Amino acid sequence: MKKFMNSADTILADSLDGLAAAHADLLTLGPQRQFVRRAALVPGKVALLSGGGSGHEPLHAGFVGRGMLDAACPGQVFTAPTPDQMLAAAAAVDTGAGVLFIVKNYEGDVMNFDMAREMWAGAAGTVLTDDDVAVETSIWSAGRRGVAGTLVVEKMLGAAAEQGRDLASLAALGRRVNAATRSMGVALGSCTVPAAGTPTFVIGADEIEIGVGIHGEPGRRRGTLRPAQELADEMIAAITADLGAAARGDVLLLVNGFGATPLMELYVMFRAADAALMRAGARVRRSLVGNFVTSLDMAGCSLTVTALDAELIELWDAPVHTAALRWGA
Amino acid sequence: MPIEEALRRRLIRAAADSIIAHAAELTALDQAIGDGDHGLNMARGCTAVLDDLDRIAALPLPGALHAIGMTLVMKVGGASGPLFGTLFMQLGRSLPETPDRAAAAAALAEAIAAVKARGRSDVGSKTMLDALVPVQEALGDPGPDWRTRLPTVADAAAAATAPMPARRGRAAYLGARSIGHVDPGARTVALIVRALCEA
Repeated sequence: MKKFMNSADTILADSLDGLAAAHADLLTLGPQRQFVRRAALVPGKVALLSGGGSGHEPLHAGFVGRGMLDAACPGQVFTAPTPDQMLAAAAAVDTGAGVLFIVKNYEGDVMNFDMAREMWAGAAGTVLTDDDVAVETSIWSAGRRGVAGTLVVEKMLGAAAEQGRDLASLAALGRRVNAATRSMGVALGSCTVPAAGTPTFVIGADEIEIGVGIHGEPGRRRGTLRPAQELADEMIAAITADLGAAARGDVLLLVNGFGATPLMELYVMFRAADAALMRAGARVRRSLVGNFVTSLDMAGCSLTVTALDAELIELWDAPVHTAALRWGA
Repeated sequence: MPIEEALRRRLIRAAADSIIAHAAELTALDQAIGDGDHGLNMARGCTAVLDDLDRIAALPLPGALHAIGMTLVMKVGGASGPLFGTLFMQLGRSLPETPDRAAAAAALAEAIAAVKARGRSDVGSKTMLDALVPVQEALGDPGPDWRTRLPTVADAAAAATAPMPARRGRAAYLGARSIGHVDPGARTVALIVRALCEA
């Protein structure tokens, strides 16, 4: 294992301190680093709170700021954060309009946010993201995972919250955006959890993991490396088959790197996915390419497609100013 | 069976020390079918319990168990925190201050029900429940030698998770590929049971 760290025990704390120092104009670190919160709260606005295991940076703390999240709770690497973190964050950012929890559908995240909601006395709602088509729900009772589509949900909800919408309508919007969003990932290599020191899974030199999750957990099957266009065709076929008729219209295409794949390759995948979507009858109206929902040092990428309408385009285009996403502001 | 402070301290320390000592083994099990952090996270929670041992051991048994549960919920994270935390919190609610074997079996049954509800799971999904339920049944059996029987039952139950395909947790995404590996949560239960019975 080769990583920039002082020790595996301090890597999370050191990274959070760095984030807070680099973006002091946007965000503040809470006591005991329990949460990252927006520097300037908007009174009367519903507070958007998310969180999850660390190792997916910039998700979620990198999306704290104007037009996106009010707070994010970082767990240990690949480990859901705890209810005390969520309660402290909620108390810090609730300005009276309630708190909306945005939770990726991983059992650890769901259970910890469930416990936090049971202990939170104020108004609250929950939006669960489960955009990963790789998980076939008929077989796996754990359900679909919340992956890179969470970025789309957080961005659009952030814009809607800035408009002053209430808790119930934001929760409904979050469910609508999630339902319009599908993702699928492919890993070319494994990732190494700092405290573990060895790769999470072993993969051959010419092997790929199709349908991988964002912790290096497996997906549909192992395959052999093929040209980018063939991989994108398979991923887009899975996504559009699941989206159904909604895929034959205006869409957002997010090509998300897992941490160790160069942008050069992500743009290769964008071109390939764009072509595959066009053949499927979709028109890519909005796009985003980069490392946003990562898996430490895993090589690979995911494709996310969101079916758009006028409202969702407006919410996507609305100003955002966070450490990792910034436009119009 | 009065459980005095010295005994509470010995039991808590035995269970926590066993998890901490086996952290690498638990993490290796989790790397095979999960995300490779179970041992690290449980060890962090157990260390937090030991750090607070003076306060926790001084509490009556129900309060001590509830405090252990809250510490695990707040320190472990992931799925293990809420699940093992719920187990101990419910034991704290259900156990009387001086339980006999039958009361302990009844309390464990209630705690298992709470874990099932928290994880929306049941036996046969390759989880901690597959070790807890046989242990509870053995505890409910009024045979004379339960303290020597329980660790054997727990070890066998944990080992019996190996041929199961996982239906819950990160391992569920592996499906059939999870077959052949012992579930780390079930193994943790077996370690705790053996440590408590032999303390």
